Amino acid sequence: MKALLTGNEAIARGAWEAGVLFASAYPGTPSTEILENLARYQEVSAQWAPNEKVALETGIGASLAGARVLVAMKHVGVNVAADPLFTFSYTGVNGGLVLVSADDPGMHSSQNEQDNRHLGAYAKVPILEPADSQEAKDLVGLAFWLSETFDTPVILRLTTRVAHGKSLVKLGEREERGLPPFKADPGKFVMVPANARRRHVAVEERMEKLREFSEDFSANRIEWGKDRRLGIITSGISYHYAREALGEEASYLKLALIYPLPEKTIKKFAEEVEELYVIEELDPVIENQVRALGLKVRGKEVFPILGELSPELVAAGFRGQGEEVAAPQEGVVPRPPVMCPGCPHRGAFYVLKKLKVVVTGDIGCYSLGVAPPLSAMHSLICMGASVSNAFGFQEAYRAAGGEGPEVVAVIGDSTFLHSGMTGLLNVVYNGGRTTTIILDNDTTAMTGHQDHPATGMTLKGVPAPRADLEKICRALGVEDVRTVDAYKLAEVEAEIRAALQHEGPSVVIVRRPCVLLKGRGPKDYYVVDQDLCRRCRLCLRLGCPAIEVRGEQTWINETLCNGCSLCEQVCPFNAIVRGGEESE
Amino acid sequence: MSEGKGNILVVGVGGQGTILASRILAEVLLQGGYDVKMSEVHGMAQRGGSVVTQVRFGQKVFSPLIPRGEADYLLAFEKLESLRWLANLRPGGVVVVNDLELPPVSVLTGQAAYPRDIAEKLKERAGTVKLVPAQALARECGSIKSQNVVLLGVLAPFLGIAKEVWEKAIAQIVPAPTVEMNLAAFRAGWEQ
Repeated sequence: MKALLTGNEAIARGAWEAGVLFASAYPGTPSTEILENLARYQEVSAQWAPNEKVALETGIGASLAGARVLVAMKHVGVNVAADPLFTFSYTGVNGGLVLVSADDPGMHSSQNEQDNRHLGAYAKVPILEPADSQEAKDLVGLAFWLSETFDTPVILRLTTRVAHGKSLVKLGEREERGLPPFKADPGKFVMVPANARRRHVAVEERMEKLREFSEDFSANRIEWGKDRRLGIITSGISYHYAREALGEEASYLKLALIYPLPEKTIKKFAEEVEELYVIEELDPVIENQVRALGLKVRGKEVFPILGELSPELVAAGFRGQGEEVAAPQEGVVPRPPVMCPGCPHRGAFYVLKKLKVVVTGDIGCYSLGVAPPLSAMHSLICMGASVSNAFGFQEAYRAAGGEGPEVVAVIGDSTFLHSGMTGLLNVVYNGGRTTTIILDNDTTAMTGHQDHPATGMTLKGVPAPRADLEKICRALGVEDVRTVDAYKLAEVEAEIRAALQHEGPSVVIVRRPCVLLKGRGPKDYYVVDQDLCRRCRLCLRLGCPAIEVRGEQTWINETLCNGCSLCEQVCPFNAIVRGGEESE
Repeated sequence: MSEGKGNILVVGVGGQGTILASRILAEVLLQGGYDVKMSEVHGMAQRGGSVVTQVRFGQKVFSPLIPRGEADYLLAFEKLESLRWLANLRPGGVVVVNDLELPPVSVLTGQAAYPRDIAEKLKERAGTVKLVPAQALARECGSIKSQNVVLLGVLAPFLGIAKEVWEKAIAQIVPAPTVEMNLAAFRAGWEQ
């Protein structure tokens, strides 16, 4: 049976077929749907972890017990999980463990476009890279075999176009594996220096064996074109772009195991062709290794190092035209993402802009607070950074003995639980007086509404204890913790002002469920009474996509309006009224 | 295996239902005996931003991305979005566009103007332009939420796959309580 699956769906299917017992992840585009799909299989214990480090560490525990394990994260999530990863590389596995790293070239939904293929050499782990959904499913199975055969975690590296691209996949059945009896092996799994020194030897030997194996690995293949003039080394989605652009005009060495590379195969391929190119997105990871073999090769001198490739960028590279392909249509107004009508984050940013404070931001929908007209964000680095960024900013002024501007950290509920808590503990410990605003919309919204430890529900849909944000903040040592309804603008402002006045650290929890959560938003809509409206346009400062200027007049698009009432609250002339009330 | 091939761009604004429409489209093309590849955008861009799904079909498809200027069909859920992606259409290609204007924030706040000459620009490049009052048609069928299926209905006859195959795919994919409404929406589009 064949099905049209995304790469993420195919990976979930492949993991299930390979007999995976345990899977864990923190949501992150473009990796999120892997766990969402795995959770549908009753044989698999699939969980959201509070962050990627916890996900991998839990996975390592399950591997130690002998289970096959899949953990999934976006590229920057691997940074969070890097600590366990680098030492897990030394211990190796008991049950096979596959770590999916979903990279995001072009930064469709990310703060950087780091190339996690570098992790192969850095963490000394093999990396497999699929080019489409069928290969994604097949490589998951092979990855578990590699993991157990060579005693190593295996990284399966995806990019957005593979993760979210759909193609046909042949489905198979599940191979049940069960658990072997536990055998203690502290020499292998307890990484005190004496053991770790021995394990490092094993790691280097393993990589050498993998290098030999790569020469015969069936998923690395050569496709000869109509002649041997042009040879292309490529992998992942770039393979398809190259095939699209060059067809039978070139010969291809299509790699699936991208670390370690099959050096002999590459040398033989290079000897057979007149000109050798590497086509790869982002960094010259393969190209540099090929060059280190002493081969003459071209790559980044003709193909861009930035963003995604495409069939036309590949073709343009061969024509020597570099990146000058895209000339946008004239007169097209850009349409960047915006906070939804009724978004519970809007009011807090409206207030922060009004208060003219410095805002350190974080990862989530609320990063849209940087966009005009709210324009109330001054830094955004990574998950959880807002709290520590704000504190550090204040510490600089404290150390210099000056009075700095007021600073506020803004972080979401899921992000706070991911890695904001430790930052807050640091504020308390080091005597800071930072104000942290937790925008609690009761979900992980940006990635598509995943549950987390404070939503009261697991990935499997089982009720769970609800982490209490107020209690957590108090337990971390914050005495001034306030909670306010995100839709009550005056109260949001009053509480933020009061928190800023507080001598010690403070937290304001601005709470309302995400308006896109089914059945949980308000049911009203609002309209502008054109007789009362004085055209002051104050309501436009909310940046709500439901409020529109038509000629001189301001209108509310009632099909878009979600009835949050913020515009009613900012209007000084009572010209905005609940729908239907106008005629009463 | 069918002999034809084609490239379809489905464009719109995050939240308009482009992904559901593309799923139906892909299912129908599979039933039509094609190899199909599809590329979607999730995450950040879905929050009211410009979204695009690329659908390619043929005997064997490599790149899931449509090379620029090689889309045969542009299915646009919003007028400005049709213009944004127009350069990706092959000259002489088919545009099916919702007669709907969703102004981006810069237009809402009066800092930019919504282009007025979209229909003319579409006609300059496309061989066929179908401007569809999908919102009104969908409302007649029960809910403006089925605009996406109305628009699919307008595109469908161009692809040469039997109406029954489409209807079966719709019935399979849309949520059960909305099947009749969506089938009515599809037929309303097909008649356009």
